Amino acid sequence: MSRVSVPCHVKGTVALQVGDVRTSQGRPGVLVIDVTFPSVAPFELQEIMFKNYYTAFLSIRVRQHTSTHTPPKWVTCLRDYCLMPDPHSEEGAQEYISLFKHQMLCDMARVLELRLILRQPSPLWVSFTVEELQIYQQGPKSPSMTFPKWLSHPVPCEQPAPLIEGLPDPSRVSSEVQQMWALTEMIRASHTSTRIGRFDVDGCYDLNLLSYT
Amino acid sequence: MLQEESDLSLVIAQIVQKLKGSNLYAQLERQAWASLQRPEIKLQSLKEDIKEFFKISGWEKKLQNAVYSELSVFPLPSHPAAPPEHLKEPLVYMRKAQGSWEKRILKSLNSMCTELSIPLARKRPVGEQKELLNKWNEMGTDEPDLSLFRPVYAPKDFLEVLINLRNPNYENGDSLSFRTHLGLIQVPLKVKDIPELKEFFVELGLTTGQLGIDDSTQVPPELFENEHVRIGQKVLAEQDSAAAQQYIRQGSPTALRAELWALILNISSQPEDILYYEQLKTNVIQHDLLVDSLIYKDVKLTASNDDYYFVFEDYLYQVLLCFSRDTSVLGHFAYNSASPPKSYIRGKLGLEEYAVFYPPNGVIPFHGFSMYVAPLCFLYHEPSKLYQIFREMYVRFFFRLHSISSHPSGIVSLCLLFETLLQTYLPQLFYHLREIGAQPCKVSIWFLTHRTVP
Repeated sequence: MSRVSVPCHVKGTVALQVGDVRTSQGRPGVLVIDVTFPSVAPFELQEIMFKNYYTAFLSIRVRQHTSTHTPPKWVTCLRDYCLMPDPHSEEGAQEYISLFKHQMLCDMARVLELRLILRQPSPLWVSFTVEELQIYQQGPKSPSMTFPKWLSHPVPCEQPAPLIEGLPDPSRVSSEVQQMWALTEMIRASHTSTRIGRFDVDGCYDLNLLSYT
Repeated sequence: MLQEESDLSLVIAQIVQKLKGSNLYAQLERQAWASLQRPEIKLQSLKEDIKEFFKISGWEKKLQNAVYSELSVFPLPSHPAAPPEHLKEPLVYMRKAQGSWEKRILKSLNSMCTELSIPLARKRPVGEQKELLNKWNEMGTDEPDLSLFRPVYAPKDFLEVLINLRNPNYENGDSLSFRTHLGLIQVPLKVKDIPELKEFFVELGLTTGQLGIDDSTQVPPELFENEHVRIGQKVLAEQDSAAAQQYIRQGSPTALRAELWALILNISSQPEDILYYEQLKTNVIQHDLLVDSLIYKDVKLTASNDDYYFVFEDYLYQVLLCFSRDTSVLGHFAYNSASPPKSYIRGKLGLEEYAVFYPPNGVIPFHGFSMYVAPLCFLYHEPSKLYQIFREMYVRFFFRLHSISSHPSGIVSLCLLFETLLQTYLPQLFYHLREIGAQPCKVSIWFLTHRTVP
């Protein structure tokens, strides 16, 4: 399925914290990232892709364009998606993740804005975020072709000539030949990828020192 | 559902691509062509008849074993956006640590070259080649002067690097708190606790028979041993790799062990494999590598001094010297956090068409490396088979014991698992060892890097 990247503007992360950020001892465990699409009309979201950096849980809210005159509302489309099975350990901490529209709780037909809510309950990590965020919409469908008339409206079968005695049925022969041809095409198309096993260059393997680059 | 289907197609495509270059593919093709002579193969149902023929003649089983082998070795395809280095090691700080460690090894080897004025590699003169060929089977009798050579590193040096491994995003803090690890490993990798280990190693449970325990002299063999041996023979007759892997979890009868391991690793000595080993032997004869002296030194220092392994000294040279020349080992660097060292042909520094890997297999041996091969010598006496088994075990398991990685079977996770279990279940012993300055990992690092097979 083809997909097209949608240019987006990722606003700076906002930390949600109880109390004063300056005097509080602990670090925020909730971050919010707003993603807007300034130059794009409301689109159908296909995929969200990003690289995780120590975020444990992800929720996403979406604001969609509605056809009536009501102002668009925020709806939660992903709730507490687990990125790290154990928030205190490294598992899943730096993985690449893709989220597709069929995983969302609501329809993603006319997206205006996204809000990513990141949670990391463990106090062990200095910071957490998501990186390399990319949003994709569905790519254009393959262009429709116009078929020549004889392909789309085949002429009804003509009566075949009567079979000459002793010769095999032509339709059976043609299907067998088709099978053989398909097999030979497959063999021709396949190529091996084995290495030859040479480690020298034209018989020469005189080396002085190892390279650091 | 959609995602799983496309993941599955990707895995299938990857395995097909890998198998297309193998001997098995050529053999299957030959068998298919030859089978056209058979009366039961009809043209109109060609595909189905050949598939049936493969099933009956045992070729389908061989293909199954090959697919199982690929699935065991190669990691599943990762996210399409993930770069190749992410497949080697997902955590950036571990990649960096492995990179710096490798640089240290390269510097050490380079300085040894310069000090001793010995090139990394040179072509042997014809006379020397003849001499080596003559004493190929008794290289142990050779007593070259190795006093100036020193091992590139030892397990304790590697342990120092592991001890200093730090995640920059991990809040260690200056004072002792709940965040501090009491052991040597300071990175928060996920390790299993006892209930999870009990589930993982369920066949080691008290209610399941296990050879080595339930076949001792006091236990009547009818209770477990006889039946288990019978099943083992059946598994070997069926030649099914996956069944053998499951069977061996309850222990392997000594008489069947060599064959079972070969079946699990999908190793069968074909004429092509023997030819390949002979080709490697020719490479050893033709080119002399500095790494050879390191191997000699290591064997002399470790296996030759060991009561159990000194008899296998000659085998060790025959395996390890050939191993250094085997470029097929380079394939495992796709999923190993380590990378093979690079060099340039003399006089062609910087020219990419003259760039080569050194040694040809990309693995620089360290102090104790020969101990990976030594125990296998008890099982396999034919050099090319012994070689194949060792190579397969190296690219599947042993490489994880000396590279810095977050993999659950890697050495960092193993050390952390050991420390965590000891701390949880024998806290007084753990505390005492810490107090007397004998951190448990320091005491057992040799064991962990050599005898643990994941």
